[in-house]
Amino acid sequence: MIEEKPSPGGAVMTQTGQDETRRFRVYRYKRGDGDEHFDEFDVPVGPHTTVLDALRWIKQHKDPSLALRFSCLHASCGTCGMQVDGREALGCVCSVQDHGPEIRVEPLANLPVLTDLVVEMNGFFARFPHEHPIIRSSGAPAEGENGKVHLESGHEVTLDLPSPVPPLHHHPLHHDHRAATPAVDFVRLEDCIECGLCLSACPVAATSHDYVGPAALAAAERLLEEPRGVKREDVLAWASRPEGVWRCHVGLECTRACPAEAIPAERIMALRRELTFGGPDDEEGKR
Amino acid sequence: MSATNELPGSAEREQPGPIHHKGPGPSESGWLDPRGRGHGGRALALHRVTGLVIVFYLYLHLGVLSMLLIGSSAWSSFLSVVTAKSFLAFEVVLIAAVLFHGLNGIRVAFVGSGIAVTRERALFWAGTVIGTVAVIFAALHILGALS
Repeated sequence: MIEEKPSPGGAVMTQTGQDETRRFRVYRYKRGDGDEHFDEFDVPVGPHTTVLDALRWIKQHKDPSLALRFSCLHASCGTCGMQVDGREALGCVCSVQDHGPEIRVEPLANLPVLTDLVVEMNGFFARFPHEHPIIRSSGAPAEGENGKVHLESGHEVTLDLPSPVPPLHHHPLHHDHRAATPAVDFVRLEDCIECGLCLSACPVAATSHDYVGPAALAAAERLLEEPRGVKREDVLAWASRPEGVWRCHVGLECTRACPAEAIPAERIMALRRELTFGGPDDEEGKR
Repeated sequence: MSATNELPGSAEREQPGPIHHKGPGPSESGWLDPRGRGHGGRALALHRVTGLVIVFYLYLHLGVLSMLLIGSSAWSSFLSVVTAKSFLAFEVVLIAAVLFHGLNGIRVAFVGSGIAVTRERALFWAGTVIGTVAVIFAALHILGALS
């Protein structure tokens, strides 16, 4: 049971341009140091203050023991995932102006809490299929003939891109950087920043701890799009396990929570479509 | 490392931390908490709740039918209770539950099969409108306003 504790914060500190305060109710937990509880802090905020800004202010001015995880501060690294007023968000791009006078901050759900707002992400990454590509260049692959592209791994695949493929723009600092085209043409799982927000938002993951979750299933579907040597039947067999794609109950909260527009729910449904209606032609990578 | 050389708090650090869940209730009830959810999460929660309601009604219905084994007098006295206006309101609730469960089930079946995935929100609201109209019609009919 989570108990309430009185605010350790005292007088509200003001800074230039920060003429209002918000009360933050922050989840606290330290191993071997009692039960989970919430601490309250009054934080001066400005028009552009983010939740992560406020938490860092708390850590600097009120309670140095507050543990939080962050890195890039611009929604690229995915390390500052948390629940803000019950909804998953990246703290670095979550404005306090979008919330009320009292803001509740909790760690991501469905993952073990290490301390305060920091969760153990090993369980999240362990859910991914073993064949999941490790790291790849984020630049567009070199264009080949007949709509095929050559990957750095040496494989040649056909990508589901509009035809004709737009010409490549050769920037002196970014080789193989594709010229500006509608972003919808390049919706790919590389958009996933592996922040864990989808797993936290998933109502099924709250019930079933062995459910592999949206991000891992979306990664599997991505493998079907670009197998790179991985056997499609292996990926489909992995996805069709009892704790896999059929465990999803179509709550669609993962896509709603995703800060990178990686549309995991749609990819899960694409996996199901592949398992349900996939024919012999699909064995060759056609979609 | 021997026990005498362990750092203070080593045993505590080895213990797994709690898994935080949504909702104020038991840890496994996070799916039921509508706060912070979108229409999909709330529809999922309501789908489960209405499913339980329908299962409960099924067994209740079978139990009630077993009164026929007792005799016609027992059945007639029971009918006088269930045909009262106040009791008929429960039937409206039951119809609403069945309609929501059925219509949302169609939506889930379509979306879950990879069909009309990008139209799931339109399917949800279409089902909501159809269900609402049907419940209103049923309520007026059952409660006697249309008879």
